[in-house]
Amino acid sequence: MPDQTLTSGEAADLRCLAALMIPASARHGVPGADEATIFADILASLERDFADVRKALAQLATLSGGRFADLAPDRCAPVAADFKAAGGAPLAALNRVVLLCYYRDDRVMRSLNQEPRPPFPKGHDLEQGDWSLLDRIRERKPFWRAAP
Amino acid sequence: MNEPVDVLIIGSGASGAAVAWSLAETKMRILCLEQGDWVKPTDYPSNGRDWEARLFADFAINPNRRARPTDYPINDSNSPIKVVNFNGVGGGTVMYTAHFPRLHPSDFRTRTLDGVGEDWPVDYATLEPFFAENDRMMGVSGLAGDPAYPLHHPPMPPLPLGKSGARFGAAMNRLGWHWWPSDSTIATTDYEGRGRCINLGHCTPGCAQGAKASTDITYWPHAIRAGVELRTRCRVREITTNEHGMASGAIYYDAEGREQFQAAEMVIVACNGVGTPRLLLNSASARSPDGLANSSGLVGKNLMFHPYAHVYGYVDQPLDGNHGPPLCLWSQEFYETDTARDFARGYTFQFGRGYGSIMEAINSTAAGRLPWGADHHDVYRRLLNHRIGLSAICEDLPEEHNRVTLDPDLKDSHGIPAPKIDYTLSANSLKMMDHGIANAKRILETAGATDIGVESPILNGGWHLLGTARMGNDPQRSVVNGWGRSHDVKNLFIVDGSIWVTSGGVNPTSTIQALAMYVADQIKQRLSAATLFD
Repeated sequence: MPDQTLTSGEAADLRCLAALMIPASARHGVPGADEATIFADILASLERDFADVRKALAQLATLSGGRFADLAPDRCAPVAADFKAAGGAPLAALNRVVLLCYYRDDRVMRSLNQEPRPPFPKGHDLEQGDWSLLDRIRERKPFWRAAP
Repeated sequence: MNEPVDVLIIGSGASGAAVAWSLAETKMRILCLEQGDWVKPTDYPSNGRDWEARLFADFAINPNRRARPTDYPINDSNSPIKVVNFNGVGGGTVMYTAHFPRLHPSDFRTRTLDGVGEDWPVDYATLEPFFAENDRMMGVSGLAGDPAYPLHHPPMPPLPLGKSGARFGAAMNRLGWHWWPSDSTIATTDYEGRGRCINLGHCTPGCAQGAKASTDITYWPHAIRAGVELRTRCRVREITTNEHGMASGAIYYDAEGREQFQAAEMVIVACNGVGTPRLLLNSASARSPDGLANSSGLVGKNLMFHPYAHVYGYVDQPLDGNHGPPLCLWSQEFYETDTARDFARGYTFQFGRGYGSIMEAINSTAAGRLPWGADHHDVYRRLLNHRIGLSAICEDLPEEHNRVTLDPDLKDSHGIPAPKIDYTLSANSLKMMDHGIANAKRILETAGATDIGVESPILNGGWHLLGTARMGNDPQRSVVNGWGRSHDVKNLFIVDGSIWVTSGGVNPTSTIQALAMYVADQIKQRLSAATLFD
């Protein structure tokens, strides 16, 4: 199994970028994606995306002319915008890992009025809906096409 | 040394399970070799907090992404639609949405009716009793009386409409277009030992409740109790033949990676529309240098996928999100050929609910709808649980250049050559997809949706693998005859979607299984008459 650990420099860049992607919000009462618990989950969840994330971070470092995390604060946003505009599969993988860790955090889920639990075994309620809507279709004559 | 068997079935998915169960009553010695494992209900993602994340990991629908030891790689770089599947007991039924429409009567006669494709050597009426038996075995929920189909009676009531379905139904009524609750293999009542659906909502990557029918919990328990042996982690490399040109068995790798030979009087292939041609092509020999059962040259050709055009939007009120089975309605308004259009044949609309929190975030970010930065949270809150979407599932006409071959370089973990897909969307398909997109937008707008987005074709939408060993009466134009037997090898049968002649425009599992049961019935009749290998 190859080593799947980011260097400290790469991890710092990723954390800095995660904070820009999803910043904390006092209004919504949620942490940012760079918050310690969420970021630890991100680092532990790279798995199949590790190579692409590393590639994306290399692109980010190139655009930054060095470590993204070392840029002056007013430079971070424009470099991140250029990075995002370039797109590509590595960026998609980086986005995916950040989002899938952020949107399973208990605090985030509660802020969205979502129960922080797995679907099973409790399941969910689903209303039947108005079946009288179907009355009009019930009155329609069969229209399937007969075949010889 | 393995004891010889009477019947060797390769693959335990939708068709392999159905044919195993049907043949069990013959009391022949029947063995099924399956390259994957059993999956326990506790293994499914909906048991854990990482339920959505695992859709990108060990329960990814794309085998190249999932990359379990039981998967084989597929070179799909020359196709705009990627193959998705599952390898394990139950095959693709473990990882499908359980949408269970049948082909229509017209689908079996496209050449006669519309001058395209080919007519099948069987018809709807012939398959009807097998559809009904399969509905009972799989456990189908639905509502009798759909004017788009010959009358049939699903054994369980339909899935709830929910907020999403009711909104779609009202919109379709305003447009005057057909819609109907889908036939689905998700149990709406307790059924044959399966618990009823409790709306886990994450149906595709396996149902922890067991409400969704997969053949590991429907056909296989019955088949095994009746004496069929199912051997897992056995990957077949090739089917062997004897000096008489008859199939003699198969060479496979067992769970420890040891090469084994299994002798059999009869071989039934049930590996899906990619796995089956791969196996036949890998079974080339001096007697059949172009691949087994391939005197027609059609093994691997005429691959059909069903291109999906997906269209979605957002409404101002929260809907069901992912809190229910994802598909609950269909429309056949545009299914049949209309000469006023610029394409032949047609499509089904399948109506969906919304996404879970992670899927909404990832998809909306990829679509450029969900920004980075300070606005992220406000935008996300307007999207989550407000999504409503539908897909046009388009008939894919057979074209020989759409094909499965063996990749010259790529191999699986046992060194067996992997399949390579070459596929292009036809002009007919592209016109049909455009038509579906335009009508889907009308439906969404009528349903009050805005901010409409399109994904066409759905990239990871190669669920339906059809046509690569087609059936027919002419040995020069087909691989198997009208009851699934190879024209070339008289004790070799194929029962999966590869024997389809045309694709129709519906999810195929119901018809794949009905067809497999029909082939099994033909085998049994000819066994009784001692004419099976004539």
